[in-house]
Amino acid sequence: MVRVSQGTLYDKVWENHKVTELPTGQDQLFVGLHLIHEVTSPQAFGMLRERELEVAYPELTHATVDHIVPTSDQSRPYGDDSAEEMMAELEENVRDAGIDFSDPTTGDQGIVHVIGPEQGLTQPGTTIVCGDSHTSTHGAFGALAFGIGTSQIRDVLATGTIAMEKQKVRKIEVTGELPDGVEAKDVILEIIRRLGTEGGVGYVYEYAGEAIENLDMEGRMSICNMSIEGGARAGYVNPDETTYEWLEGRDEIPEGEAFEERTEYWESIRSDEDAEYDDVVTIDGSELEPVVTWGTTPGQGVGVTEPIPEPESLPEEKRDTARRAQEHMRVEPGDTMEGYDIDVAFLGSCTNARLPDLRRAARIVEGREVHDDVRAMVVPGSQRVQRAAEEEGLKETFEEAGFDWRNAGCSMCLGMNEDQLEGDEACASSSNRNFVGRQGSKDGRTVLMNPRMVVAAAVNGEVTDVRDLKEVTSA
Amino acid sequence: MSDDIEIPEVNYVSGSGVPIRGNDIDTDQIIPARFMKVVTFDGLGQFSFFDLRFDEDDNQKDHPFNEERYQDANVMVVNANFGCGSSREHAPQALMRWGIDAIIGESFAEIFAGNCLALGIPTVTADSETIEALQDWVDENPDGDIEVDIEAETVTYGETSVDVTVDDAQRKALVDGVWDTTALMKSNEEAIRDTAERLPYVEDGKRV
Ligand code: SF4
Repeated sequence: MVRVSQGTLYDKVWENHKVTELPTGQDQLFVGLHLIHEVTSPQAFGMLRERELEVAYPELTHATVDHIVPTSDQSRPYGDDSAEEMMAELEENVRDAGIDFSDPTTGDQGIVHVIGPEQGLTQPGTTIVCGDSHTSTHGAFGALAFGIGTSQIRDVLATGTIAMEKQKVRKIEVTGELPDGVEAKDVILEIIRRLGTEGGVGYVYEYAGEAIENLDMEGRMSICNMSIEGGARAGYVNPDETTYEWLEGRDEIPEGEAFEERTEYWESIRSDEDAEYDDVVTIDGSELEPVVTWGTTPGQGVGVTEPIPEPESLPEEKRDTARRAQEHMRVEPGDTMEGYDIDVAFLGSCTNARLPDLRRAARIVEGREVHDDVRAMVVPGSQRVQRAAEEEGLKETFEEAGFDWRNAGCSMCLGMNEDQLEGDEACASSSNRNFVGRQGSKDGRTVLMNPRMVVAAAVNGEVTDVRDLKEVTSA
Repeated sequence: MSDDIEIPEVNYVSGSGVPIRGNDIDTDQIIPARFMKVVTFDGLGQFSFFDLRFDEDDNQKDHPFNEERYQDANVMVVNANFGCGSSREHAPQALMRWGIDAIIGESFAEIFAGNCLALGIPTVTADSETIEALQDWVDENPDGDIEVDIEAETVTYGETSVDVTVDDAQRKALVDGVWDTTALMKSNEEAIRDTAERLPYVEDGKRV
């Protein structure tokens, strides 16, 4: 039987999955779910072949294709030779090893951090790794989930385990009720802005408090997703009724009595009331407003009505980066981001391309049109999201307004397929990274914001406070 | 077989330095995503810091990796939060293939440091004054030798010797030559199976 231990969810899940302590002082942890995609896994399979090793737990491994997949014409072979080569390599690797693959022909393909939860692969009290830093997303379910590098993928493929050092836990309590127009995305941008992009190094973040508990699972995923932007390799929310209800009935979730039993396990791994934390940070959620970034790191954010900071007003070590960022973004301290001209609007990515994101955004779009100077696209996070959205008529809503409706994939989040910024285009983006060059053009300018703010910017051709836009029809 | 793989001990790295200044240098800058459309890491070295080194028309920009005097450097000196962002191992792979054997900096993003360790590249840290002094010294002495002693946690250059920090697990892994963990972990096969069987959601290596 599973060991019952004390403390935080992190302590308990760690303890449950600990195989042994290694001579390095690190712990060897069992990996309950290994997700793989086409960009970071081929080299790991190569290393395995070099060492004549087999995949140890193929049935706890699941593959998808997301980064390079074209979001328009998906017929094979792909138009881009290198994309085709990566896809073919993945197909061969999973076939040889007997790994399930949600490829586009299955109707289940999508961004790895969208398909894991929606198929019920992602479960509370499990350990999840993937060669992708946004694996932290799965923490929304109370899983211990972190991104790993390719050599670690090799380890997990070969042994079903990973070597890790235990980290500290910081509880981030978001109290109160979020005001209208403020979403999960704003909460996490605010957290990163306050604690910094390296504030979480050495920590796992436990998100708690009324504002977090009241979020739907998709909102919790948006928050955990960007833990890594705050420097924390993992973030999680304790599982609760919202979690269990969301999971019940999904493909990989046990049914009936087995579900009840499993729920007991899930309950048992919640952080104890008297658990000790290495640090606690409290944020008043009722005081937040929509947050947008003005710079080139996700920590350079500002409330949409607040002035962009003077570099001189920042801590010394941040000034240089701020100056360079303001030059790149062509923003002036003292101005607000409201009114910043936008050329492209991207509604997509593993942060914000799930059904409720698209629904909320569609309600803003309804009865409006994309600004003449803006090219706007919606890229659903998975084929399932896409189908569900199409069944609800969201596709028409977006298309009538002038948005391009794409097939599922990472798309312009990182510009590894044909969806890229050109020249110095400015993009209102629901994704998670605004690094220079991230969206495919090194002069491109990315402004991160919540999905409703993205479509508001698409409609007005400039960064807009979505709270000023009325929903034209009631939902 | 895995047992044949020799894992060298990394006690000591020495060689000339190259300063890479700036905080929050993310892995998208170290290796832009478009160069990741490959199925092996071979040949990534030439694309290190590509967009910082070349303009649209492939003309060289000012960047230490372009400078003649740093071409033989193997110790990189960076500032804070180096390697943040995407978890791509392509980043340390590219740097390693360019010639980097050790990195000294104020701080490193965790996944990046872990990825470096998996390649046997130490990521040692020191406070900002120490780092800046070392960067300035490297500017003046591009051929000067920097000695990174992992076990003693010191960096020596010119007449100067400074204390640095190497994370405990990293130091042990490097010094004892157990930084490549595959074989080590595989040898615990039985304990792995036991752990798996204890979990309520795994049976016979499958999800239940
Ligand atoms: S959507 Fe963006 S952040 Fe998410 S997995 Fe894809 S590339 Fe990474």
